[in-house]
Amino acid sequence: MAPTQRTDGPLLGVRDLVVEYPGKGFRSTPFRALDTVSIEIGYGQTLGLVGESGSGKTTLGRALLGLAPVTGGTLTFEGADISHAGRRTRRRLSRDLQVVFQDPYTSLNPSMTIGDILAEPLTVQGKTGADARRRVREVLDEVGLPQDTIGRLPREFSGGQRQRVAIARALALSPKLIVCDEPVSALDLSTQAKVLDLFLQIQKDTGVSYLFVSHDLDVVNHISHRIAVMYHGEIVEQGDAAQITSAPQHPYTQRLLLASPVPDPDRQQERRANRRRLIEEQRAQDERSGVAA
Amino acid sequence: MFSFIVRRIVSGVVALFVVSSLTFFLLYFSATSVARNILGESATQAQVHQKEIELGLDQPLVGRYLHWLGGVLHGDFGVSWFTSRSVVGSIFDRLPVTLSLVLVTIAIVAIVATLVGVAAAVRRGWIDRLLQIVSIAGSAIPQFVIAIIVVTIFAIKLHWLPATGYVPLGGNPGGWAVSLVLPVVALAISAVASTAQQVRSATINVLSKDYVRTLRSRGLAPREILFRHVLRGAAPAGMTVLSLQFIVMLGGVVVIEQIFALPGMGFLALQSTIQGDMPVLMGVVVYIVLIVVIVNLLVDLAVGWLNPKARVS
Amino acid sequence: MSEPTIKTENAMDADALAGAGVTAEPARPGVLRRLVGNPLGLIALIILAIVVVSGIIGPWVAPFDPNHASLADALKGPGGAHLLGTDSAGRDVFSRLLVGARSTLIAAALAAAVALVVGVPSGLIAGFFGGWFDSIASWCTNVLMSLPAIIILLAASAALGHSVWVSMTIFGVLISTGFFRLTRTSVQAVRSELYVDAARVAGLSNTSIIGKHILFVVRAPLIIQTSMVCGIAISIQATLEFLGLGDVLVPTWGVMLNEGFINIYTSPILAVWPGIAISLTIGAFVVLGNALRDALEDTPKAAKKRAAAGPSRVSLLDDDETRGVALVKSNHLLEVNGLGVGYPQPSGRVKTVVTDVSLHLDRGEVLGIVGESGSGKTQTAFSILGLLPDEAVITGGSIVFDGTPLVSSSGGRLSQGRLAALRGKRIAYIPQEPMSNLDPNFTIGYQLVRPLVKVLGLSKADARARALELLGIVGITNPQRTFDAYPHEVSGGMAQRVLIAGAVSCNPDLLIADEPTTALDVTVQAEVLDLLRDLQDRFTMGVVLVTHNFGVVADLCDRVVVMQNGRLVESGDVRSILRDPRDAYTKTLLGAMLEGKTPMTMLTAGPDPLDDEMRMKASI
Repeated sequence: MAPTQRTDGPLLGVRDLVVEYPGKGFRSTPFRALDTVSIEIGYGQTLGLVGESGSGKTTLGRALLGLAPVTGGTLTFEGADISHAGRRTRRRLSRDLQVVFQDPYTSLNPSMTIGDILAEPLTVQGKTGADARRRVREVLDEVGLPQDTIGRLPREFSGGQRQRVAIARALALSPKLIVCDEPVSALDLSTQAKVLDLFLQIQKDTGVSYLFVSHDLDVVNHISHRIAVMYHGEIVEQGDAAQITSAPQHPYTQRLLLASPVPDPDRQQERRANRRRLIEEQRAQDERSGVAA
Repeated sequence: MFSFIVRRIVSGVVALFVVSSLTFFLLYFSATSVARNILGESATQAQVHQKEIELGLDQPLVGRYLHWLGGVLHGDFGVSWFTSRSVVGSIFDRLPVTLSLVLVTIAIVAIVATLVGVAAAVRRGWIDRLLQIVSIAGSAIPQFVIAIIVVTIFAIKLHWLPATGYVPLGGNPGGWAVSLVLPVVALAISAVASTAQQVRSATINVLSKDYVRTLRSRGLAPREILFRHVLRGAAPAGMTVLSLQFIVMLGGVVVIEQIFALPGMGFLALQSTIQGDMPVLMGVVVYIVLIVVIVNLLVDLAVGWLNPKARVS
Repeated sequence: MSEPTIKTENAMDADALAGAGVTAEPARPGVLRRLVGNPLGLIALIILAIVVVSGIIGPWVAPFDPNHASLADALKGPGGAHLLGTDSAGRDVFSRLLVGARSTLIAAALAAAVALVVGVPSGLIAGFFGGWFDSIASWCTNVLMSLPAIIILLAASAALGHSVWVSMTIFGVLISTGFFRLTRTSVQAVRSELYVDAARVAGLSNTSIIGKHILFVVRAPLIIQTSMVCGIAISIQATLEFLGLGDVLVPTWGVMLNEGFINIYTSPILAVWPGIAISLTIGAFVVLGNALRDALEDTPKAAKKRAAAGPSRVSLLDDDETRGVALVKSNHLLEVNGLGVGYPQPSGRVKTVVTDVSLHLDRGEVLGIVGESGSGKTQTAFSILGLLPDEAVITGGSIVFDGTPLVSSSGGRLSQGRLAALRGKRIAYIPQEPMSNLDPNFTIGYQLVRPLVKVLGLSKADARARALELLGIVGITNPQRTFDAYPHEVSGGMAQRVLIAGAVSCNPDLLIADEPTTALDVTVQAEVLDLLRDLQDRFTMGVVLVTHNFGVVADLCDRVVVMQNGRLVESGDVRSILRDPRDAYTKTLLGAMLEGKTPMTMLTAGPDPLDDEMRMKASI
């Protein structure tokens, strides 16, 4: 099921994107969540977006989905400008552009059955009930959930299973790009591994692209072809995953890389020492440039 | 904090203005056969017409409104259509009665509801169940029925307390207190029950906060945690409920003053309603809304003082 | 801009507890069935059915004309031809009672209908779209709420006459504020739910989203509120009638009460019948509202809320029953033997969350407790602190701290008195979530100083100096500013430093840290780990570190115990566990670590055939 129509250029292009939220109160300065952000995602590719809380990584995903206000720059999907797409364009777009949210507890309506949740995007696109039901059974297979899931309510499932349902909902329309907003950070370690495997398997089978947002560099490194690092609303560095994680250029990426502890006492001791040395170096450098300036 | 107070005051003044204006147009727009009512059926058409001119009923409504508004801004609410007494004078005669009743009641409600609500939250058990039962009963039995029951038992059957009448505070504080016991009880029962319910749930909510566990881990005594941290956390919710109860009570005094024959604002309101004495009724409405606006402002200030987050925004 | 919420054991345990009975639950019975199943609900429904029936057919079945006065029959007692006697005009009380149900019903239905029509749509619009409509509507609501209803109804009846239709229409508008606020708040809460975002991404229109996702959520609270409003409306209408502001031609319960009140000295029984009728009807609405709440909200979420409400109850009295127990000889600072923790269920059985856990800790040593959600690691830590929820019971085993037994293996409960003397003096605690663990109403300085004064007996000035010193020790660059700040004015990382300062302020011998870095960004986590290591060294504390992260374990711990489903599966030196795990579960956990794995390869060889197939391909 490889993507059929390919145009020249990337699947998704983001150029100089700015997102601002109005400040609280009269005449207050707006809060700039994203500052001239540019990324590209090719067909069948995964771009990992990593950053700390408040860095704007989630906002970028939401802007693509039309859930955050685009105040500047352009978003293009398969060559078409979607920066300010209206509801009708969005509805058409939702066939190709889907989402998996972070929290599997609130991303599924607790009062709807799994079958209804999975059918919702299908019926919006005008699929008949029978077609929708057939497709729902297919996607349940794809994400490894049993068929009797259809009549059950979300609360009957564990976090990992709910996240599979959320992935199935995203897959229902066979999209070309799925925005994954911290999809494994609410999960236990062993569940996280299974869900990451599922994401990889689906990409292998369907050729879908991911924008994979996470605070965890290890997770992003595991699943992405390319990585972009966000810091204070800007992308400070992007490139091939291997390159970013082996030879980071930006001081923040360097710190981030050494901050995550490794599961071995001796190697962790070494990493700790490296991290301290790096921070000392960066501080010294800052002071030098401060003096120079 | 300063701009917060200013905004609250402006909002309160605007509310007072809007409500009194709407009430004015409602009352005077419909006050057509007033002159006839005042003079009685035997009056001639000419006398009625003469009276209408005297009351200004022949003037256009907007003009009368502006005239009234001008007077109000100088503290003049006009005179009663029936007794020709100054409206402000009548209200000031009645205000001490109603304020005594309401303030004493709200103080009792605040104290009792806090004790019962906190006890129910901390101890659960019988006191909690009793509170549930009393609050269902309190909201099921209308206030005037409670008043009638109280009068029947304590005044008529047991002769413990006077059934009716008001003794001013000035000359005879003991008599004043005795004359207020039954009205206050009748007014307080359902208010205590519903306020205690709110205090209970606010207390349970704060008790379940993570920081309570952390405070316990620091070795602080449970009493210290309960009285300093938990009560402080639950206080804003309690104050908000109390201010709503206060508003309900200002309405409740109408029926309570009627049953206990207390010459207060509620009595005045009912009397002027039945007579159709619009200037008096207007005055009562404006004064009561004014009291509510002031109380709400005080509650907002108190909540802001208690809650540092609200203070900043 | 949602932050990553990392759900770890604390939250998940509550999940596991609340969800225990419902996981495999079949479709739940209908709301009506549950309502009728509740005896109070059934009684309320029966009373209301009687009122409705007499309101409709009352005029035809009444034995007498309710307005027929006959002075000869005045003030007859109950019995005989007149079932409940007659009033002062000789009118039949029972007939008037039957007919009076009608105006009662009109009052309830009219006020509720007006309130719903006014309050719900405006609340929906204000909550969903916000903006200027929200501002104006909210302001109007605040004004309406500050008007005493009776006073306004007096003015209205002076202007528009004494009619139940007028008064209840106006009252409906006044009380619509309740519906407005309820709807608006619910809609605002749902609007930001992720499943509504998912519906937007799917391209649903606003109307579809409101119809499909939002109205459903508001429905239950609205039904409950409606029942309550009916009760209040009846009470208000009866009050007006009692005051003489009702329709004089219609027999109503309020008028009958007035009649009874006038004759209170001669014939108090006259006030009894309408009093009972009114109170029973209003009471039925109130009880029905409560029963509806139980029936509609009987979901795991509500159960979870109830469960969450319970845990941190503060016992006002410390339980000192084990005072005087002799010291026990122990070679370790902390020794836990065969510990079991359980929660008694309503069914009578005890749900066990920790089973037979044994561990020990020496002075100056760091012990890691590792496990996934539901493994019982936090429950174990809270047992040592004596901060388990009140409902929890120790089902077995012992905890000995420096020779002092904290739990006797025979008693069911922790020895609170003994622990209270140790907590904050020799045993300290660092929580997981920094922000929710500081009291928002007090300055950080106050929260640090108070235990120093109250528990450690320092003077105020000394405590203040010590608190500032501690803030410096935990790496806060401007201690005075943080000291004066309120918790909401500092960042999460700084709040965690403050909590750490509070924990070490008593020079504890034992520090229990429950996922102390889980809620922090990874760069901040590294700094806090450094801080913990320095402090552990400085104070030579024994530390029990609860975590799910093997990296954190490798960074800090000397020894590790691994827990799964409330049991201890493996324990030992940190190097031997991390490099050469024996237990299959430990191996699975370590295998799920991403560090050192080849990117884009499968991590698990899960049970599903798809994965097995893949693995075979890979091995060939």
